[in-house]
Amino acid sequence: MMVNPADPTLSDALADATERALLEAEIRLPPDVLAALRGAAAAERDEIARRELGNILENIALAEERRVPICQDTGVPAVYLTLPPDVPFTPALFEGVREGVQRATAAIPLRPNVVDPLTRENSGDNTGVGMPAVHVTPGERLTVTVLPKGAGSENVSRIGMLLPSQAGEIPRFVAETMLLAGGKPCPPVILGVGIGGTFDMAAALAKEALLLPVDTMDDYEQELCDAVNALGIGPMGLGGDTTALAVKVKRAGCHTASLPVAVNVQCWACRRATVEVKR
Amino acid sequence: MNLTTPLGDEVLDLRAGDTVTLSGTIYTARDEAHLRMMEEGIPFDPEGAAVYHCGPVVQDGRLVVAGPTTSARMNRLSGFLIDAGVRALVGKGGMGPEVVEQLRGRGVYLALTGGCAALAAARMTLKGVYFEDLGMAEAVWVIEADHLPLTVGIDAHGGDLFRAVREKAKTQFHQRFNTKQDTVS
Repeated sequence: MMVNPADPTLSDALADATERALLEAEIRLPPDVLAALRGAAAAERDEIARRELGNILENIALAEERRVPICQDTGVPAVYLTLPPDVPFTPALFEGVREGVQRATAAIPLRPNVVDPLTRENSGDNTGVGMPAVHVTPGERLTVTVLPKGAGSENVSRIGMLLPSQAGEIPRFVAETMLLAGGKPCPPVILGVGIGGTFDMAAALAKEALLLPVDTMDDYEQELCDAVNALGIGPMGLGGDTTALAVKVKRAGCHTASLPVAVNVQCWACRRATVEVKR
Repeated sequence: MNLTTPLGDEVLDLRAGDTVTLSGTIYTARDEAHLRMMEEGIPFDPEGAAVYHCGPVVQDGRLVVAGPTTSARMNRLSGFLIDAGVRALVGKGGMGPEVVEQLRGRGVYLALTGGCAALAAARMTLKGVYFEDLGMAEAVWVIEADHLPLTVGIDAHGGDLFRAVREKAKTQFHQRFNTKQDTVS
């Protein structure tokens, strides 16, 4: 069935799906993240770290039980849409997502976090110029994925334009990002690493890597994860075995003279949810 | 060990890394509240008080979520509170060397697990508010705490668990990557 591009129901259905995705993401962690936290709590040898992980697991259970946000920094959402062939790419998509973020902010409620970058004036509804960021890719079904992200972890994320001869130094760059960050991003973290592409693309890949399930890592991701965990920063920077739950990597081709590497740091509350738009 | 406010010399016996719980009246304060208190005075009795770095979500006179915020933002704003008799600062991420010195012989920094906003709220009851005009996140909320689970991050003897972990991490990093440089060129 073709959707009429002027049809306001598409925008409304998208707003509804965005709101539901945000509600799900804010109060309940995805099963793979929860499993990773439980696994880390079981394996952790440091007594203080075990207690911190125990607090985190108790907090997750309480948030779900009371239907309140997991953390008071409810973040700002990055939004990813998949678009089937019969849905036209129009401004209605962006309007729907924006409306959904506004509705979710009032209904859940979410902390209004979006401000003008220079005047710092708060919009009050978690939208702003160009915000939320919406990324569209082709797909089988019309879906909305939200990744609301707090500032503590976003602020310590890093990008480096390494030299082509420095591919072997990527583990060092990734570990160094966490050395500089310490306890600030609320570890245990999940690191999204974007390798290659262009300056902007590496950062986008790093963020997209945070959408990947954390229950598996390939050998390279495991090597990066081990390098980070060897630092012993531990949960909340209080020391321990568990600094990173997982490292996820996305790659793209790049210029023969470049090696962009971006590390997007995500706190333990890796909040993401996908909802199919009802049509 | 369970601590109950108002706190006294018992906090001097604590060591960085110890586990404690905290009960009794505590007061939230972030950047704006600190600045206001410096100007207008402390609206509560600071003797033996605990100050919680937190901007809660409050709805209909009830705490919805109330996790800790980053304490380091208050590094240069905390001396007057400790001078006035505050015995405990509660937050996440630790504090700077100036606060470590200010707490020496007088008080402690207690770390609450970052992001644990629902857990914190479940062990708190809202009792009142000062400086409500500063807004929800920045007002001084009066809270009755019931066994908040905390780790002593900084003790009254110069012990700083966060600094010890950072130094160890730096050593590990330089050993693993065989370098003394701090940044990739």
